[in-house]
This record gives sequence, structure tokens and C-alpha cells, in this order.
Amino acid sequence: MKQPPLKAILGHTALVVLSFVYVLPFAWLVTTSLQPDEERSKAPPAFIPAPAAVAKALEDATGRHLAYEPTGVHYVKGVTRVPVPLFFRNTLLVCTLTVIGTILSSSLVAYGFGVLQWRGRDVLFYVMLATMMLPGQVTMIPVFLIWREFGLINTFAPLVIPAFLGSPFFIFLFRQFFLTVPRDLVEAARMDGAGELRIWAGIVMPLSLPAIATVGLFAFLGAWNDFLGPLIYLADQSRYTLSLGLAMFRTQYGSEYGQMMAVATLMVIPIIVLFFFAQKTFIQGIKTSGMKM
Amino acid sequence: MSPTVPVGLANYRELLSDERFHHSLYNTLVFTLFAVPVTMLTALVLAFLLNMKLRGQAFYRTLFFLPSIVPLVASSVLWLWLLNPDYGLLNTMLRPVLEAINAVAGTGFRPPGWLVDANYTKAALILMSTWGVGGSMILYLAALGDVPVTLYEAAELDGAGAWRKAWHVTLPMISPVLLFTLVMGLIGTFQYFSQAWIMTPNGQPGDATLFYALYLFYNAFLYLRMGYASAQAWILFLVIVAATILVFRTTRRFVYYGGEGT
Repeated sequence: MKQPPLKAILGHTALVVLSFVYVLPFAWLVTTSLQPDEERSKAPPAFIPAPAAVAKALEDATGRHLAYEPTGVHYVKGVTRVPVPLFFRNTLLVCTLTVIGTILSSSLVAYGFGVLQWRGRDVLFYVMLATMMLPGQVTMIPVFLIWREFGLINTFAPLVIPAFLGSPFFIFLFRQFFLTVPRDLVEAARMDGAGELRIWAGIVMPLSLPAIATVGLFAFLGAWNDFLGPLIYLADQSRYTLSLGLAMFRTQYGSEYGQMMAVATLMVIPIIVLFFFAQKTFIQGIKTSGMKM
Repeated sequence: MSPTVPVGLANYRELLSDERFHHSLYNTLVFTLFAVPVTMLTALVLAFLLNMKLRGQAFYRTLFFLPSIVPLVASSVLWLWLLNPDYGLLNTMLRPVLEAINAVAGTGFRPPGWLVDANYTKAALILMSTWGVGGSMILYLAALGDVPVTLYEAAELDGAGAWRKAWHVTLPMISPVLLFTLVMGLIGTFQYFSQAWIMTPNGQPGDATLFYALYLFYNAFLYLRMGYASAQAWILFLVIVAATILVFRTTRRFVYYGGEGT
């Protein structure tokens, strides 16, 4: 199904124009990671990386300081200053476990709220939602004390175990998708004698692949960028995650700004690649291809 | 932290007469009222655009998701520069436009001070929030992909144009996800914290960005009044619960769950 040419042209135009706005933060990140330190002290600093000759020509032509000569020094220094490979391994471990735990536990609970019928279901659903409504700033300390009682401070447990116990945000999200799964299919499977676990694994989950992919992405991103959790629970530097490593560039003598941006760029690129290849999964309509409604 | 002493309702009584508390509640309500619809609409428009059958959508989708991946520390520095009243990109672009209008109409418009002018700080932060809508955008895309093609075909047979198809087919079909983003948006903006904490510390200028969670945080960790902060938390909790119940009640008629059949 192709769009008519006029519509396609309008669509592309809108997307290209908006792209410039939305690509800015990433472009900014990359450009500041390539800027020599002396460039940043200028006001306003130039933001287009270019060879020196081009930069000079641009300045002569426009009368404004727009381009600078890029340097890779922040990347070299940044990667050696902080043990990036080790932090990367830690982050990946936490992320993977979080994604697995979140998808399994949250979808199971959501099955109870979205597919099963039972008395008190909706009341309990609202109670679960309510647990998200207390601001984290006040629950932070009590939760920390609980983990300390368990003796699990300075391990990955406080970061990973909650993912296996269901998260209200993702349970709500799964529920919204599960409620659109045709009831007839579930009923038919029950008639055939399938248990609820079979229906969850064999019908509801396969029909919710876009939801699973979205939850997986959000859970991964949340764990990848989580700063407060690792900051509170991890004391030992050998267990640090990348987002904690990023903060290490802020020293008492001011920020190692360029290095921080270089490591942040390195942190963002895998996510971009992952997203680029995974984005199809979010959009594919599963229910529509598989059957008649 | 000092040992706990029961004080009854003293904290709540004090909140009643705390001017800064009232102000933070007001700031948050205004912010929520505008930020939630504006971000939802932005995400929806982007999702519609990205759902068109066009070449290179994988590329576009990735671009529009970028602001949601870039660490907040990096993007907030960028925004401070974009919104700088003197040499920021936004005002650099706005200035010639306003000058042209002034020359023609004889008015005296000047580019706003954004984060340094108390009248514009909330607008600036809302503008900034339209940028990080990647999450909702993806959710809408996922929901749009789930709308059965047969429904569109049936609507076309009935002679429905693009607008009527969007209104009568697309929106009802993605309404469960719209409800989700509305509720999560409410919860999120009522607890709006990180951006304000980084961009406008201390609620500057003149407490215009003293949001509820920010004031709560100051009470808990700066003034070390955990009890007072907890009282604030419970009030916020009640406000959010009330808002959520209101949303679920009023939207019941508009949210369509396909699985329940007709």
C-alpha cells in the first residue's frame, strides 16, 4: 500500500523539517564531545566540526565563528579514565536481567488484570496503580533500609530483583494491550482444555509482540540510564554502571565536560543501533495479519 | 536524621499556612494542565506521520526517538543554550520575525527571557517536554500498527475520508493506549522533578518553577524535615489518586477495548 505522490511529498517534508529539531540533542552531544576545551570557553562556541581550512573559509564568508577543528582527545582520555568495558559489562548484566524479569512478571500479573475475570479485580488494579503515586523522594529511604536489612547493599539485587516482582507501569501497559486481545480466542482455548498458563504463553503473549518489544525497550532504557538506583545501592567501584561512570567526570574541580560527553556519546550509540533494528517489531500489527476480525 | 517523635497532624496544619507550599501546588497544577495535553498531541502527530507508508521510516523513527535516549545531563545543557535570551538559537530565530512584525504593526514585541523571566519559565519547560515524547510516540505507533486494516477498508466502503477514518476508527482503536499515556502523564508531571532540578535550581526565578516534588525534595534533604516532606507526599498522593479516578470515570465511555467484543 503506497501513499499517493502528493501525500508522500508532504509527509517527507514534514518529517525532514521536524527531524532537524529532534536530532539536535544528539548532534549537540556529538559536537561537544569533539570540541577542544579552549573552544568551549568562547561565547558563543562554534558547533560545526570541520577541517581547519573549511572552518577558516566559513568564518571569512559569514563573518561569524561557526566551525571548529574536531579532536578525539576526549574519547581517548574518557575511556582510559573510567573503566568503560567493566562498567559496560555491569550495565549489560543489570539491563538483561531487568528486561527478562520485567517481561515475565509484569505480563503475568497483567494477564490477571486484563484477561482473567474475578471479583475485586478492578479495585486491586487501582490499588496497584496507586503505588506509583507516592513520590519516590519519600519512599527512597525506607526502601533502602529494607534492602539493608536483607544485607543486599552493594549487590545488583536491589536493582534487579524488583524487576522480577512486577512493575505497576509495565503491568498497566501490558493490561491495556491484553484487553484488546479477542476474548473469543481465549474462550476457545479454554474449551479445548488449555490452562491459563498455556493461554498466556500460547495465545496472549504471541499476539502482543509489539507490546512485549515496547516493554523490553522501555525496561532496557530505564535500567541503562538509571542513575539514582546504582548511586544509592552500589558502593564498590567494580560494580558501577555506565551512568554512574558518567557522573565520575564531575570532580570537585569542575566537570571534565568534553570527556563526559564523549562517554555519553559512546553510551547512546548502542541504543540507537538497537532501536534502529528493533523498531519494526514495535509497529507490526500482529492481530491483523493472523486472522479475520 | 533525628529520632522519630509523633506530632499528630502538626505537619499538615503547618502546610495549610505555608505560602511556598501553596505556590508549589499551583505551579504543578498549571504545568500539568498544559504539559500533559501538549505532549500527548505532539506524540500523536509524530506517530501519525511515522505510521505513513513512506520510504526511510526506520530512519525517521530513530531520529525522533533520539531526544529520549540522550542523557538528561547532556540535553539540559543544550536547552540552557537554546533558551539563552541573548544568544540562544530560539531567540536568534525569533528576533528578526518579531522585528519585522514591530516594523509593520508598530508594536514593541521583544523575544522572551524564557528561563530568566518568571512569566515564561513554565512555557519554556513545556516546550522542552515536547521533545522527550519518544516513549509515547512508540506506544502510539505500536497501537496504530494493531488497528485491523479491515476496519479502514470497511470505513472506506462507507465513504469515510481521512479525517473521519482517524476520528471514528483510529482514535477509538488506540484509546486504551491513549488512556495509559494520559494517566502516566498525569502521574509523571505531578511528580515533575529532574528537569526542574537541573534547569532551574531553587525554583528560580522567583519560585516560578518551584514544583511540588522539588519543594518536597528540599524539605526532605535540604531542610532535613522528613516528616514535613512525608506529609506533602501524602497530600500529593491524594491529589493524584483523585485525578486518576476522575480520568478513569470520565473516559470510560471513550475507551474501547476490542477484546470485549461488541
